[in-house]
Amino acid sequence: MTTTISPRVDPPAPDATNATRPVPPRRRRGLGRWFGATGWRHAVGLAMVVFAAFPLLYVLSASLNPTGTLVGSNTLFRSIDFSNYVELFNRPQQPYAAWFLNTMVIGTVSAIGTVFLGALAAYAFSRMRFSGRRIGLLSLLLVQMFPQLLGVVAIFLLLSAISDVFPAIGLGTQAGLILVYLGGALGVNTYLMYGFFNTIPMSIDEAAKIDGASHAQIFFGIILRLVSPILAVVGLLSFVGSTSEFVIASIVLSDPSTQTLAVGLYQFVSQETSTNWTLFAAGAVLAAIPVMALFLYLQKYIVSGLTAGAVK
Amino acid sequence: MANTLPSTGPRAVVPPGDEPDAPRGRLAEQRGTPGLKGTLAKIILLGAVDALAVFALFVLFMQESWLVFAIAALVTLIVNYIYLKPGALPAKYLAPGVFFLVIFQIFVVLYSGYIAFTNYGDGHNSTKEDATSAIISTSQFRVPDSPTFQLTVLERLGEYSFLVTDPDGEVSVGGAERPLEDASNAQTDSNGKAVGLEGYTALTFADLLANQSEIGALSVPLSDDPNSGALRTPDGSRAYLYASTLQYDEAADSFTNIETSEVYRDLGDGAFVASDGAELVPGWKINVGFENFARAFGEEDIRGPLLGVTLWTFAFAILSVASTFVLGLFLAIVFNDARMKGRKFYRIAIILPYAFPPFLSALVWLGLFNQDFGYINQVLLGGADIPWLNDPWLAKASVLIVNLWLGFPYMFLICTGALQSIPEELTEAATVDGARPWAVFRLIKFPLLLVSVAPLLISSFAFNFNNFNIVYMLTGGGPRNIEAGVDAGATDLLITLVYKVAFGSGTGRDYGLASAFAILIFIIVGLIAAYGFKRTRALEDLN
Repeated sequence: MTTTISPRVDPPAPDATNATRPVPPRRRRGLGRWFGATGWRHAVGLAMVVFAAFPLLYVLSASLNPTGTLVGSNTLFRSIDFSNYVELFNRPQQPYAAWFLNTMVIGTVSAIGTVFLGALAAYAFSRMRFSGRRIGLLSLLLVQMFPQLLGVVAIFLLLSAISDVFPAIGLGTQAGLILVYLGGALGVNTYLMYGFFNTIPMSIDEAAKIDGASHAQIFFGIILRLVSPILAVVGLLSFVGSTSEFVIASIVLSDPSTQTLAVGLYQFVSQETSTNWTLFAAGAVLAAIPVMALFLYLQKYIVSGLTAGAVK
Repeated sequence: MANTLPSTGPRAVVPPGDEPDAPRGRLAEQRGTPGLKGTLAKIILLGAVDALAVFALFVLFMQESWLVFAIAALVTLIVNYIYLKPGALPAKYLAPGVFFLVIFQIFVVLYSGYIAFTNYGDGHNSTKEDATSAIISTSQFRVPDSPTFQLTVLERLGEYSFLVTDPDGEVSVGGAERPLEDASNAQTDSNGKAVGLEGYTALTFADLLANQSEIGALSVPLSDDPNSGALRTPDGSRAYLYASTLQYDEAADSFTNIETSEVYRDLGDGAFVASDGAELVPGWKINVGFENFARAFGEEDIRGPLLGVTLWTFAFAILSVASTFVLGLFLAIVFNDARMKGRKFYRIAIILPYAFPPFLSALVWLGLFNQDFGYINQVLLGGADIPWLNDPWLAKASVLIVNLWLGFPYMFLICTGALQSIPEELTEAATVDGARPWAVFRLIKFPLLLVSVAPLLISSFAFNFNNFNIVYMLTGGGPRNIEAGVDAGATDLLITLVYKVAFGSGTGRDYGLASAFAILIFIIVGLIAAYGFKRTRALEDLN
């Protein structure tokens, strides 16, 4: 925050009762003054860093611990050993490599699909004026309040009915799961994108139009490039959402080799929390790395994306 | 690339919003000539979609699912109309997303509504015909003194068939849904036993062993009349005649147990019921009207737990939003000071929990909270034995703590954004007028901040209302309330209850009751959403 004092005197603030109070003494010296100004902020910050980072350090430490059990993981970083990571890929009953790959494929495909469907809809809402536009936007706003998992029973029955017609996208298939995820593609994503699309000046479209570009050329060639930050945010949020999704994945995918990390690792831990612990920890660390890397890399965009809806 | 200039000159430029119903013809004109590549892509894509649609229609036609066939045909026509008709641009851009939205979000909610009025679930998941034949085949026993059939198991296209030679040397073949028919053209061995048939593969002994359970469950009807009995095999080389203890009387639509002569009738409850109330399983799916809702609100051992779960769901959502918001806002204020060094570092460390996949967080905390071996009891509390996840109240507290850990970074991010967007002049003006920092915050910044974050708080409430992962992964909804008639526990949210009633392992699947609960959530969330949008005027910002 700036410290310059504006010479301009604005209308009085609502609370003027303290107007006559002298300004508190400014020239405290040394450590006390530092603590009063920013030192306590560092104290709070350190406490929060411990709170925020401890569980992550704990799971990292457990993953490097060769003893295998929960109780053996209580001494942090006692030894550094990668045997859990090796063991993870040598279990035919719990095919971690397959889970990992499945999760990445499902997450990537549904993220791309979501971005594409959302961007198409946002383009229509932002650039075109048609009857039913306002109603459409309102409905999207309402629909996003009701998460898909409310209809989990119906999704299960719908997919088992689809199995009779199109076994390739029915119950037990990853393609079916991706299609279900795409059902949630509009809603909050479109809304987020719609806001961003509106910030791109119409004059760009118009100039291209005058030069003879078709609507598809404008959309794919110009607009999509200009809105790439929001595409990244929506893509990432959707990737994280679908890779972490448990409810629908757990009822659609039943064969262990088709399952995702969320379903597989949950069963891993829920069955025998204590004995599988370090193995689970290794699996969790590997699973978290791509997501966290993407997240921290795109951090700036995400923050602006999150606040775009709120802060006008 | 198209290079035709729009013929309408300056009118081609249509500012947004000036004419909501701009004539479509003009829009089409402006597009110029679509490029060759674009047209080609469009034709290929539409062709692929149509090919899939025709295939689906064909399968539906063969299955005689007329209603679905009609809907699919209509959708295909609409899609073709949208993409082949010039103009109608908005529909072209909206159709793909809307298609998925309608099927997998709107339809499934409506379908849940329908299921809530049925008895769909374990033992009631098919039609009456299926249930009748299932009853006949499951109540079979070997007919005493019946002849022994020589058997060869055949396979064709993944389906098994029985090739049987009866004691008189007659050869016939049949499968699960195919009654025996004559197969006198079969190859026979020296003993007169049929061993092969053209178009089929005979199973070897190893194949038999590998598919033992499937073949053991196979029951081949002797004739079209289900009461005549069926052939089954215990070993893969001999088949015996099995008959049902339950005799189906088609005219009276009832089953008679031929040993006890008890009669089971269809009294409209989706099952065959005896006079003493005993039901034959499986039953079938029927519409039960409001019975599921009547059970949810009427039966003492469901109503009590349901009320508890509903109250806890509200408490969980409100406390989660409140605790994460207070901590997030506090941190946003603390770190919103330019004099402070290392803010970037703190910021990254603080958003770590937000970046960590949420389902993993819950599982990691599951280990930390473990009563016997967890870090919190063993190390932080020096060997304490606190039942963090096994005591009803402590489990509630634990879930809230974990959700605070998961949620405060998000609130920190949005509060920081909101604080930084409040104009500096306001603070300065207030300070010049002598307002102290607390007053500036309480009377100026906080109200402004609330205006901008309120819609996000409501979304956050709606999200936590259905925060399945954290509860299910951390406590599984438990500790379980043993008095409840459904599998409900102290930390169960409505959504985890829906999941457990529908897909739970302990109590059997009851899709009807689960959907009734889901409809309840739907109504509650809808009311909250309506209220929230009204209050925050979010809808008025739309233009």
